[in-house]
Amino acid sequence: MKGRYGSTLLILLAWAFIISMLLIPMLSVVFQALSLGWQFYVQSISTVYVMKSLGLTILVMVIAMLVSAIFGVAAAFAVSKFDFPGKTLIATLADIPFSVSPVIAGLAFLLTFGRLGWLGPYINQFNAWTGLDIRIVFAIPGVILVTIFMTMPFVFREILPVLLNQGREEEEAAALMGASGWRIFKEITFPHIKWPLLYGIILCGARAMGEFGAVAAVSKARGSTFTLPLEIDALYMSGTESAVVASFSVSSVLILLAFIMIGLRTYAAHKASHR
Amino acid sequence: MKSMEPNTSWLSRIIRPTSTRIIPGMGLSLGITIALLSICIIIPLGSVFSHGLSLPWDTWKVLLTKANVIQAFKTSLGTAAIAAAINVVFGFILAWVLVRYTFPGKALLNSMIELPFALPTAVAGITLSKLYTDTGWFGSILSQWGIHVAYSQIGIVVALVFVGIPFVVRSLEPVLETLDPIYEEAAFMMGASKFRLYRQVIFPELLPPLLTGFSLAFARGIGEYGSIIYISGNSFKNHTQAVSYVIMQKLNYADYSSATAIAIVLLGISFSILLVVNLIQNHHAKRIKGR
Repeated sequence: MKGRYGSTLLILLAWAFIISMLLIPMLSVVFQALSLGWQFYVQSISTVYVMKSLGLTILVMVIAMLVSAIFGVAAAFAVSKFDFPGKTLIATLADIPFSVSPVIAGLAFLLTFGRLGWLGPYINQFNAWTGLDIRIVFAIPGVILVTIFMTMPFVFREILPVLLNQGREEEEAAALMGASGWRIFKEITFPHIKWPLLYGIILCGARAMGEFGAVAAVSKARGSTFTLPLEIDALYMSGTESAVVASFSVSSVLILLAFIMIGLRTYAAHKASHR
Repeated sequence: MKSMEPNTSWLSRIIRPTSTRIIPGMGLSLGITIALLSICIIIPLGSVFSHGLSLPWDTWKVLLTKANVIQAFKTSLGTAAIAAAINVVFGFILAWVLVRYTFPGKALLNSMIELPFALPTAVAGITLSKLYTDTGWFGSILSQWGIHVAYSQIGIVVALVFVGIPFVVRSLEPVLETLDPIYEEAAFMMGASKFRLYRQVIFPELLPPLLTGFSLAFARGIGEYGSIIYISGNSFKNHTQAVSYVIMQKLNYADYSSATAIAIVLLGISFSILLVVNLIQNHHAKRIKGR
């Protein structure tokens, strides 16, 4: 029905876009990273700074994934299984982080917990009272909080459509037969959302490990509150030839992680569609 | 009816039920939802607005009429709009090819579209910057024709096309999948010209997801930071300072008042776009249900 030339042309255009915009840039990172040899590559991804930021990145990522999963399951369950006023408000509020600039997310936490933030004095009082030195912004808790802000709705967005499609009849029947809430969730709801949950958690993890602008606003100490993207920025901005190469070496680690995430995501999507 | 209510947790008692609830767990799930939404999203964003309200009107006027602030808004809105338009074209081609055709490497192409979502923005930023400088792989070729992508607004557009492409493809795909080629064939059989077929059968179906994809890519683009700060050069003279860069600059000088004022204007623009997206989707959902 359709001209064969038309389809060939479109497929070629699609490939041209993907190759020039995505594949060649990724290849160029590998070339840059290895431009000073293997030894330099290994050296530059095993510095103390990189190791420390890798540890923090993994910690932040795991917490962000946990929070997103808990929020996603709870919120999608509440919105899809019950009727209450303000339901659409919850869905709208959960969409907000997607359209907020990362830098504004950083600003929001500075204005809440920072020296000039309205919770700042209370934290100081609490510290004076307990003799502790709790700091939120410019410290690890702030890095974790901004990352949670940016990534919290990912799981919710993946699960909600599935639960809305599934309806309530199964859960209602089980409840009428006297099953406990936990048992209903475990044996009826969970099997429906298993794969989209994994799918959302992976997406959340990928975004959490790469969050840059928001973390950069609340993290200033290289070697202690820097995540991998900030370490890459510090290396790149220092400007020396070898530091720039090192920044690409560290980037290659994140690219490898990104590809692993995409692989897992494709697997979860495949599983979800062949349930 | 009220006495049959099996759920007696404090939250469900506060929120009046609108119908009889049988499934347990409303208090717990809603409690977690509201607590996390408040702590992680509402309170921090509320701080920005309350700080904004505490600023005197004159401060707002002085801050927002500064040349670099106005220029930053022009740069961010302009480049984001151009990038979103480019993404609509290529996003349409990619989604169409993925849904309609089978060809070698389709699975690879499909998963590559996820890459800008999964790749850290800072990595994308330094990579594109290195590629498009006059000594880079692409830059050295383009500069022979006098095109300088890095350190110009074109560079920002390139970076925003990179981060925005999945939004358009993923908005279009589900709609294209439901669009059965049978209708097109029917229209074609009945003698509709190809142009009419596209204008009257395909285009009206695809307009809402195209607008949604455009808006999402645009919204992402106007607030983007990590992917554009390296390739843009952030120069006032070259008009390559983005709004997010200006906010970050203010934060680095601990000038929270200026940062807040600019942030609130940017939030206002983002929220308006979000509202438009919701309206498009609701309108479209109603239209489908109405049939």
